Amino acid sequence: MKPKYLPLTATIVIFVLSYALCAAQYPNILSTRVIGNLLTDNAFLGIAAVGMTFVILSGGIDLSIGSVIAFTGVFLAVVLDNTAIHPLAAFAMVLLITTLFGAVMGAIIHYLEMPAFIVTLAGMFLARGMAFVLSIDSIAIKHPFYGTMKGLYYKLPGGGRITLIGGLMLLVFAIGILIAHRTRFGTDVYALGGGTTTAKLMGVPVGRTTILIYALSGLLAGLSGIVFSLYTSAGYSLAAVGVELDAITAVVIGGTLLTGGSGFVAGTFIGILIQGLIQTYITFDGSLSSWWTKILIGLLLFVFILMQKGIVYVSRSERRHA
Amino acid sequence: MTAILKGYALRLLPQIIALAAILLMVSFVFPGFFRLEIQNGRLYGSLIDILNRGAPVVLLAIGMTVVIATKGIDLSVGAVMAICGAVAASSITSGHSLAMTLVITLGTGILCGLWNGVLVALLDIQPIIATLVLMVAGRGIAQLVTEGAILTFNDPGLIFLGSGSFAWLPLPVIIWLVFGILVALIVRKTALGMLIEAIGINRQASTLSGVLTPVLLIAAYMLSGLCAAIAGTIAAADIKGADANNAGLWLELDAILAVVIGGTSLLGGRFSIAASVLGAIIIQSINTGILLSGFPPEFNLIIKAAIIVFILVLQSPPVRNAFTFVALLRTSRKPTERQAR
Repeated sequence: MKPKYLPLTATIVIFVLSYALCAAQYPNILSTRVIGNLLTDNAFLGIAAVGMTFVILSGGIDLSIGSVIAFTGVFLAVVLDNTAIHPLAAFAMVLLITTLFGAVMGAIIHYLEMPAFIVTLAGMFLARGMAFVLSIDSIAIKHPFYGTMKGLYYKLPGGGRITLIGGLMLLVFAIGILIAHRTRFGTDVYALGGGTTTAKLMGVPVGRTTILIYALSGLLAGLSGIVFSLYTSAGYSLAAVGVELDAITAVVIGGTLLTGGSGFVAGTFIGILIQGLIQTYITFDGSLSSWWTKILIGLLLFVFILMQKGIVYVSRSERRHA
Repeated sequence: MTAILKGYALRLLPQIIALAAILLMVSFVFPGFFRLEIQNGRLYGSLIDILNRGAPVVLLAIGMTVVIATKGIDLSVGAVMAICGAVAASSITSGHSLAMTLVITLGTGILCGLWNGVLVALLDIQPIIATLVLMVAGRGIAQLVTEGAILTFNDPGLIFLGSGSFAWLPLPVIIWLVFGILVALIVRKTALGMLIEAIGINRQASTLSGVLTPVLLIAAYMLSGLCAAIAGTIAAADIKGADANNAGLWLELDAILAVVIGGTSLLGGRFSIAASVLGAIIIQSINTGILLSGFPPEFNLIIKAAIIVFILVLQSPPVRNAFTFVALLRTSRKPTERQAR
């Protein structure tokens, strides 16, 4: 097997093993209801994590997505509460804003040669600040269209439901996989992650690609914000704090190298499922406290980083001997 | 001697000007800003309040400066603050003496730093990722220590650390002043500071030229852990309890920002602890200033973001290159003028 498939395979094996362990203890965890809820509860995180995967594949990082999700929710709540604009029009407006927001961050990173870490950190403050300015209260969204959308689902055998937002996440992952592996932009992202100088020498339009990557991340963070507002039926400026960390963790657990250039969008999907599974297990168990989620995820993160180090080391020494 | 002092002043000039401008702006909208008075043997006033409230970020910034100078970053300091606050509270409530509690707490912080340092120096993991592990798991560990509750205590000695005063100043201010001067002396009066800068500029080259890179790297992260432990103890003592969820939340970002405002490059190399401390005080002045001036606190983050972007754009390579280009033009013109005369 090629070494580049190792992290992904390890992730899948760990997921299947832990799912089997959970199922051995609580057979109900296999029911389609639990699976449907797993998708619905992690829909917003999954969509945001697709954007994060592209950013990390290119060797960057985006710390702003949690704040952008909160901003999107507050924006939608304020617009729907105070105007007669249809939710779909409001969705289009907010997606335009968040895409532009991402594009501007990408432009600053490229043209001012500043580290993505600091630029998106400033973006994180800015987006959260905009959400605060719009409203500091939690606003309920009571638009009838929201009720209609929440009522949409595909019924699985066994009573499970793939809700609209759960299905949307699956769709975003499918499109993400296509973009990453079947388009010019996707190959450019991988090339950029391999090194800016080499990418430039290979003829990759570095500036355009960087801006597009962060614009895509902004777009998906906005979409994730819409999903989050559907999920909670409210907009609150303090919501979704730390989602960027969960997304980064899912990407790393999914086998993507944080140095960029290697990884799979599909791996991120498994990463999301593993995080969701840990939470579901703790809910099923009932006696374990919620902080074990954080400790376990931290531990998993550590194991995966070590494994990646090992793989890089092994493949390097193989190349030397070849 | 005067030349050295002049050098220091020049290095800190941008930060001092920025701080003075912010303080002046606040004093325009809030007239009593500079007033100081002595009550119960302690100074009171907005300026003292800034120094006191800024203590955790100042302490974190001291450790963060050294870590960033090695071309690293420590994302875990907020979580380490929470762990150490929790450890301090649980140790004092379970009957240990104050001295023992402090030893355990500071030891915990140093241990957290050791973990980060080993990941970075020995396993050669990128600092952002290596410290992300503890950032994610740290709050869980802190909750494990406090068993999910906010652990309160009423030991007068520990509380004194957060709200007591000595020589007219609040104790947190004294702690960071003494600690900051100590660290600055240690790195600047020995070759340590230069070696740290060497690692930041080129780790491989400094290893090849005989610098004990792994030891120094681990020491840098341990210092950062120690700073986080002191900050966590002060934060817990201040509210007489350990809040595993909120203690030090997002303070790692404020600390990184303080270092960046202080002019230390995230790409490692030259650093100044005094400038980072000034950076932290600038951040606290902005926070306190916005509160005092009656601006709605909602604007706090936007104003902060705007100031950061402004400072960062000034520091970005293209803009800086443009400045040096102009400066070069001027200096290169001077000799030709002389020749013309």
